[in-house]
Amino acid sequence: MIEITHQPLNPEEITDRVRRDANGAVVTFLGTTRDFSEGKRVIHLEYEAYEDMAYKKLEEIRQELRVEFGVEDVAIAHRIGPVDIGHISLVVAVASPHRKEAFLACHEAVNRLKQIVPIWKKEVFEGGAHWVACEDHEFAARESGLQPADG
Amino acid sequence: MQLSVRFFALYRERAGCGLASVEVSDGATVADLVGAVRQRFPRLAPPEVQIVVAVNQEYAEPDTVLREGDEICLIPPVSGG
Repeated sequence: MIEITHQPLNPEEITDRVRRDANGAVVTFLGTTRDFSEGKRVIHLEYEAYEDMAYKKLEEIRQELRVEFGVEDVAIAHRIGPVDIGHISLVVAVASPHRKEAFLACHEAVNRLKQIVPIWKKEVFEGGAHWVACEDHEFAARESGLQPADG
Repeated sequence: MQLSVRFFALYRERAGCGLASVEVSDGATVADLVGAVRQRFPRLAPPEVQIVVAVNQEYAEPDTVLREGDEICLIPPVSGG
């Protein structure tokens, strides 16, 4: 099950989608919104998605993990729009006959999501806002551009 | 040919719109399109930043050739989770 929604996420309901009698392990990861980022107090977050592609990429990740780790099922749900601090922005639930594969696949699901799925997070501070990764990436590119080519 | 280009997140804010129609020559590549988009929206990204492009919901290489009607989106660094 893949879901991108403006509504609050219900981890129990999402976990139930992957539960089967054949599985001895279910690992559920919750991504929650943090109140401080690099020393600044965050008021709330805003998520934006290129939804059609994000669904496609999340489904690809889901299928890859089933093949690579032999897990039975994977559910990924991401909330978009404004999300208050301390709320759940991501739920990943992985069910497997055994726990090791479930833990590994769950960890890998989050890693891959953060690398390839077109979803963006904006941290809104008092008096400002910041697209996570975007501006850091530009800073890094600028810094590396300032280095001599031969290091 | 005219191509519709979608912007999200940082690029949407800097472009001031979520969708723009961009003129490129027939047979243009992703790199050509990025050049045209940068010219039209100079503030989109610093020149040293490589702009990632998705064509028909797949990440595309700079030498990918574009066709009329392609779904094109500029993808700033992602940060879901």
